[in-house]
Amino acid sequence: MLRYIVKRVLLMIPTLIAVSVIVFTIIQLPPGNYLESYIAELQAQGETVDQQKVDFLRQYYGLDKPLPQQYLRWAGGMLKGDFGYSFEFNMPVTKVVGDRMFLTIIISLVTVLFTWAIAFPIGIYSATHQYSWGDYGLSLLGFLGIAIPNFMLALIMMYVANVYFGTSIGGLMDPQYIGKPWTWDKLMSVLAHSWIPVVVIGTGGTAGMIRRLRANLLDELKKQYVVTARAKGLPPGKLLRKYPLRMALNFFVSDIGSLLPQIISGAEITAVVLSLPTTGPMLLAALKSQDMYLAGSFLMFLAVLIVIGVLVSDLALMALDPRIRLTGGISR
Amino acid sequence: MTDLISVRDLSIEFDNRGTAVPALRGISFRIQPGATVALVGESGSGKSVTAQAMMGILPSTARITGGRILFAEPGVAAPPVDVTKLARDGRRMRRIRGRHISMIFQEPMVSLSPLHTIGDQVSEALFLHRHVSRRAGMQRTAAMLGLVGFPDPDRALRSYPFELSGGLRQRAMIAMALICGPSLLIADEPTTALDVTVQAQILALINDLQAELGMAVMIITHDLGVVANVADEVVVLYEGRVVEQGTIEALFEKPGHPYLKALLRAVPHFDMQPGERLESIRAVDYQTGPLIEKNEPWPADASDVLLDVRHVSKSFATKASGLFQRRAGKTIRAVDDVSFAIRRGTCLGLVGESGCGKTTLSKIVMRAIEADAGDIRYHDRGRTLDVVHASEPELLEFRRRVQYIFQDPFSSLNPRMTVFDILREPLVIHGIGDADYRAAMAKELMRLVGLDPRFLNRYPHSFSGGQRQRIGIARALALKPDLVLCDEPVSALDVSIQAQVLNLLKDLQAELGLTYLFVSHNLAVVDYIADDIAVMCRGRIVEAAPRAALFREPLHPYTRGLLAAVPYPDIHRKLDLAAVLEGAARSPAQWPAPYDWSGDAGELVDVGDRHFVRMRGEPARTGVAA
Repeated sequence: MLRYIVKRVLLMIPTLIAVSVIVFTIIQLPPGNYLESYIAELQAQGETVDQQKVDFLRQYYGLDKPLPQQYLRWAGGMLKGDFGYSFEFNMPVTKVVGDRMFLTIIISLVTVLFTWAIAFPIGIYSATHQYSWGDYGLSLLGFLGIAIPNFMLALIMMYVANVYFGTSIGGLMDPQYIGKPWTWDKLMSVLAHSWIPVVVIGTGGTAGMIRRLRANLLDELKKQYVVTARAKGLPPGKLLRKYPLRMALNFFVSDIGSLLPQIISGAEITAVVLSLPTTGPMLLAALKSQDMYLAGSFLMFLAVLIVIGVLVSDLALMALDPRIRLTGGISR
Repeated sequence: MTDLISVRDLSIEFDNRGTAVPALRGISFRIQPGATVALVGESGSGKSVTAQAMMGILPSTARITGGRILFAEPGVAAPPVDVTKLARDGRRMRRIRGRHISMIFQEPMVSLSPLHTIGDQVSEALFLHRHVSRRAGMQRTAAMLGLVGFPDPDRALRSYPFELSGGLRQRAMIAMALICGPSLLIADEPTTALDVTVQAQILALINDLQAELGMAVMIITHDLGVVANVADEVVVLYEGRVVEQGTIEALFEKPGHPYLKALLRAVPHFDMQPGERLESIRAVDYQTGPLIEKNEPWPADASDVLLDVRHVSKSFATKASGLFQRRAGKTIRAVDDVSFAIRRGTCLGLVGESGCGKTTLSKIVMRAIEADAGDIRYHDRGRTLDVVHASEPELLEFRRRVQYIFQDPFSSLNPRMTVFDILREPLVIHGIGDADYRAAMAKELMRLVGLDPRFLNRYPHSFSGGQRQRIGIARALALKPDLVLCDEPVSALDVSIQAQVLNLLKDLQAELGLTYLFVSHNLAVVDYIADDIAVMCRGRIVEAAPRAALFREPLHPYTRGLLAAVPYPDIHRKLDLAAVLEGAARSPAQWPAPYDWSGDAGELVDVGDRHFVRMRGEPARTGVAA
């Protein structure tokens, strides 16, 4: 068990190195770099270029050095916690991302909890009452949720809220808190504003999860061991929780792997529509303006999250399913 | 004595998308405390539905349309409860289920949850129905596991089902059913999925526990051999009706209903006269045709032996990977230095229990698995093919001569192909004939296995298990092979259908001059169809002989153990269950000299008349008669 974990953690190192090479290649692929386009833009506007700053940046990032050296510098910096410098924002990447990251994580976590809280009871109900009116009705709602694009729902909700309730639902907090340090009131304001993005972002995921949970649970409910448990005289609720639901959880746990990166990058378009101060729109902007260190560090960060997420879900599966725990490592 | 349970005029319907399909049409029978009643019938006769109704676990599409099931709790003066009137998952029903009536199922592999320990699952019913402390409950569970024959009950408490063999899982199921001391145990085909020696042990165990705990047993089966060995009374179901019931003596001595008579004649047994045929309940009316009969003739001087297998071995390694290097895992010798020959036009039966390597061996013969060592020669009309070293084109030609019939008729036919496409596919792969020829051949193949050629455009799901297996046979014969490898072709079928398919295989062999390698765990079946028999144990052949010699004079203790464990459908020849429980014949180290495998496994020794036995040291001919 411990051996397995150590092995998995060690395996993450070459994986991340490979990913970093790919990310670096991708952000270098477009012709030119941020500095060149920045200088060209300033010159076109007839302004003088702060030569000192340009030289400092060029030297600091070794933009005049060959690519492999640039890569090593970038990758080495990340190891020390230096994620580079955002050219566009004129400050270190960590500072640019910091505040937004916190807000993103709050929104996303609340979204995930919302998704689970809605999807679980409905999925279980749908599976245990297959082909009932309730099942059909909830399935219809679920399909609607899958079919309607999030940004569309966001637009409609903004319109409805504005026209009928007279409130603006854009942003994540009341204007007076923007840029202020975190206080209790600010947090409350964020939570009060967050329910609309949560509902908008959550609908698609909720609907998908209902379908998957229903399908998995239906498979399990037909299994012979469920009949065995019934034959023992278990009450239906306890039976459902102890056997089929537990088995159906496997898919759910393996979802965690893809959940972590989604928390950070998820729902870019919705965030743009609702003008949320989260990280999604920022990644989009960084990619558009060739702000390479911001984009690169961001992509790297997502990769790390995926690798960690997969590890977490694998470990959780091991803890949950003795078949994986006890027969792992034995191949026939 | 009052009846423990009495089923009166019970009718059940299934709702199949709006149409009511009757499953039971008014059946009545009763079970007295402590008695063993066997419910006999083929698939679809309503056996399992009856049991489900008694437990209140009918599927949601089933509806009880009439009748009563009266259950009288023993030792309680209260009037009997009508189980059919209780709410399915209500408190009173649940009190009966698991506490007073419990059930074991056919498939021990899937009947237990893989995520919970044996201890958890077995003790569950106890904590549910009885007020016991955690400690006392676990102690009682361990005691019960010991009672059903777990060698180390405390360890078993913590093991998971997938860590146990099929036999041990079924024992765990039995422990689970018995933990509350029920007054009725329903056993739904409890041994069908098990090897014969394990089957005998499980039957002996149920028998023992029944006497010890004083409970009644209702055993559901289509195997009359099992019935004859355990039952006091028999209820015969046919198409949802009770066609005959009475004591075991009355029914086996003087079967009245044609169905029971036919069923008794459909079971292969060891006392059959040479040339005696099984009587199938639904005989297959087959006819050969001009296309299938036209085959390349064999030259007069062709070898008598069709397939010659010499010293074939195959090992599988279980890889256990460590942190930094791959440790060499355990090596399992699935097939260990096996040699045999099949003469043209005969059938070699390969017998053994699960895991003995018989299927691996049959796959090596057609080179679906590569052998590690050994030599396989196939003699085809004066030419000899070295199968192990054959090139791809040679193999393609070889595979036209050698075809395979699979065990499971449900998974071996592609559900998305019509029967026509299934039968045509071998011809398409080998580029034989044009469209007209293939169509004509497909029709002929259907008639060959007794199916209507008009069914060609149907899909496999519209056929029964027996019909599907016949489609599988037709597919195997499409290329007009000489050698057919049959891997347990009837073990998934009901007894009545089994006779039908066996007879068909036998007839086709005679008609088309086929040679069979027939792999099976059922000695009686092999006895019926094979000319020569080889018995395998742990990858080795332990005894090989012509059919008559092997059954008349089995020498090896393993063969004897197998033969002793086969239940006869004859109440005067019951199994010696006590001897079976000891299971002395099972482990090679415990076999008496010179047959034991201490040190080396000995070698096959000819004791005369092509009768070979594996033993160590000097061929001790004097010990042969022992």
